[in-house]
Amino acid sequence: MDIHEYQAKELLANFGVPVPRGNVVYTPDQAVYCAREIGGNRWVIKAQIHSGGRGQAGGVRICATEHEVHTAAADLLGRTLVTKQTGPQGKLVQRLYIEAAVPIAKELYIGLVLDRRSERVCVVATAEGGMEIEDIAAARPDSLMRVVIEPAVGMQAFQARDLCFGLGLEAPQVPDATRAILGAYRAFRDLDATMVEINPLAVTADGRVLALDAKMQFDDNALFRRPNVRELRDYTEEDPREAEASKYGLNYVGLDGQIGCIVNGAGLAMATMDMIKLAGAEPANFLDVGGGASPERVAAAFRLVLADPRVKVVLVNIFAGINRCDWIAQGVVQATRDQQITVPIVARLAGTNYEEGRRILKDSGLAIITADTLADAAQKAVDALHHVTNNGTAPLRPATVSA
Amino acid sequence: MSILIDQSTPIIFQGFTGDKATFHAKEAVAYGTRIVGGVTPGKGGTTHIGLPVFNTVKDAVKATGALASGIFVPGPFTADAIMEAADAGIRLIVAITDGIPAQDMMRVKRYLMRYPRERRSTLIGPNCAGVISPGKAFIGIMPPHIYKAGRVGIVSRSGTLGYEAASQMAAVGIGVSTSVGIGGDPINGSSFLDMLTLFEQDPDTDAVLMIGEIGGPQEAEASQWVKQHMSKPVVGYVAGLSAPAGRRMGHAGAIISAFGDSAAEKAEIMRASGLRVAPSPSELGSTMASVLAAVVA
Repeated sequence: MDIHEYQAKELLANFGVPVPRGNVVYTPDQAVYCAREIGGNRWVIKAQIHSGGRGQAGGVRICATEHEVHTAAADLLGRTLVTKQTGPQGKLVQRLYIEAAVPIAKELYIGLVLDRRSERVCVVATAEGGMEIEDIAAARPDSLMRVVIEPAVGMQAFQARDLCFGLGLEAPQVPDATRAILGAYRAFRDLDATMVEINPLAVTADGRVLALDAKMQFDDNALFRRPNVRELRDYTEEDPREAEASKYGLNYVGLDGQIGCIVNGAGLAMATMDMIKLAGAEPANFLDVGGGASPERVAAAFRLVLADPRVKVVLVNIFAGINRCDWIAQGVVQATRDQQITVPIVARLAGTNYEEGRRILKDSGLAIITADTLADAAQKAVDALHHVTNNGTAPLRPATVSA
Repeated sequence: MSILIDQSTPIIFQGFTGDKATFHAKEAVAYGTRIVGGVTPGKGGTTHIGLPVFNTVKDAVKATGALASGIFVPGPFTADAIMEAADAGIRLIVAITDGIPAQDMMRVKRYLMRYPRERRSTLIGPNCAGVISPGKAFIGIMPPHIYKAGRVGIVSRSGTLGYEAASQMAAVGIGVSTSVGIGGDPINGSSFLDMLTLFEQDPDTDAVLMIGEIGGPQEAEASQWVKQHMSKPVVGYVAGLSAPAGRRMGHAGAIISAFGDSAAEKAEIMRASGLRVAPSPSELGSTMASVLAAVVA
């Protein structure tokens, strides 16, 4: 789960990471009011969307007067920002963060990640802050310092100090920066984060240490014990189809193709997408119905997949272990009837209770195209797609019931 | 022979009296698996599906001599269940459950290391289909009838893609010595490399099918090891050729976030390490057949 910059800063501040004074605002008038409250004569206004690269996309403005604050806020709110991470459709700016702009002497990068190689939390730091970490890693790989944290005892002060001296910080800043790094680690650990990034951690011209930008990601599997993190979830930042899917225990990722996929298991779902691609078409989505899928969950999967107008064919591929093919088949039949589905459906059922599942499909009298193998299913789905796109209509093929 | 389990391995289930555990324990017993009981705290002293229930894993081990455990407790309690099993001296822990916090797994792995190597538990999963030695025994949620007994090992992140592989192989007459689902989480108990090591040592395994997916360094590490140490042929496949970068594909660990994470890159590393890469997920069985034919020739 992702959160906004302002939320990350608030969480980190609770763990002793120093951040500039700031406020989240929803209107230009609020922005001016907050600028006045923050004081000073330079402010930075930042679009709050779940994406990096906001600066380059024009989502960050420096203002020197209240009039500039108003103008910048009015310009940003309601604008769709296209960054290198949002995709061409961009993201709508609905809120801004305004904070005091500070003169910067030095920009550092601090990142904490769950490192899959060491299977521990790894702290990455470099004195080349301000750039994207991928760019730093490509341009100056030797500048990266890494510390792996022993989970039983957590990060120790000496490890943070090592980083601070390695980053070239002066003695007066080392205690503050050490506190900031240790605070970021405790936030990571205590909030079940999977990523904390402070970029930059700045040393200001007057010698203070401040987190000027912050990003946090959280482990979805741990949200059950982090209610204060869970409530920061902003559904408007997510693909509405993916948010809808999660309500039904479905895992859905929208893609650009024409063949909708309903599969059990993430690996088989990816393999099914691969087969569609190899057979010459593109998958419209990734969808894992999960384990123990009820007919209702299967029906919800159909609604979700067919909500995408690009979908011309639906491919159901189930290799049941913990699932039951008879339940899946009931769901397919129910969805086809209730939702009056007109696009061709190709169904391949294997594993637990597959005979019963195939019988249910056959006895339904519906024109569901059945397939025996993965290759057969993908080929029939692609054939059906070609048939549909060539005729401009959606004919239903007679069911070819497997032997 | 087989790896990890056979018909003589005494096995318990943790979370024994829940729906999922009950269903799969019955299937396992019907298959000939030696299920000797189970653990549900608070229900000790009762029986369930004709088998004794214990309050703690220690009690279960003492009474039954269990050596392996299948964990079916919900995600929030799984780390605790794994550590309890390790503490009780269980040698093989198979955690089927998904939804375990990554930091819990970090601590679990640290905890397992506190025991000396000779008494350290082997953890399979979490978020996996389990382990089956066809014709002998299984701990997990797989449909056992699709597996033909034989001499090829399977190690797969994905459960269902593992089933797909086994059924394709059965269709061309190839049987399985043991199939292991190592699970789709970013931090898991046993890696591809751990399982390849066991298959390499198993006299009754002739070749291995390794099915990876996008995300993480394990497929590459295992491929390097194959190149340097493995005498048996390995067929590989990596799911997710069509997966976009930066999007999580169902499994918590299935995300392309670094160089070497994509399916194409991993397949290339496999090829460069001497693995035979199946050209598509529908050619897992046929690719293995051609590799085995070449070995015999």
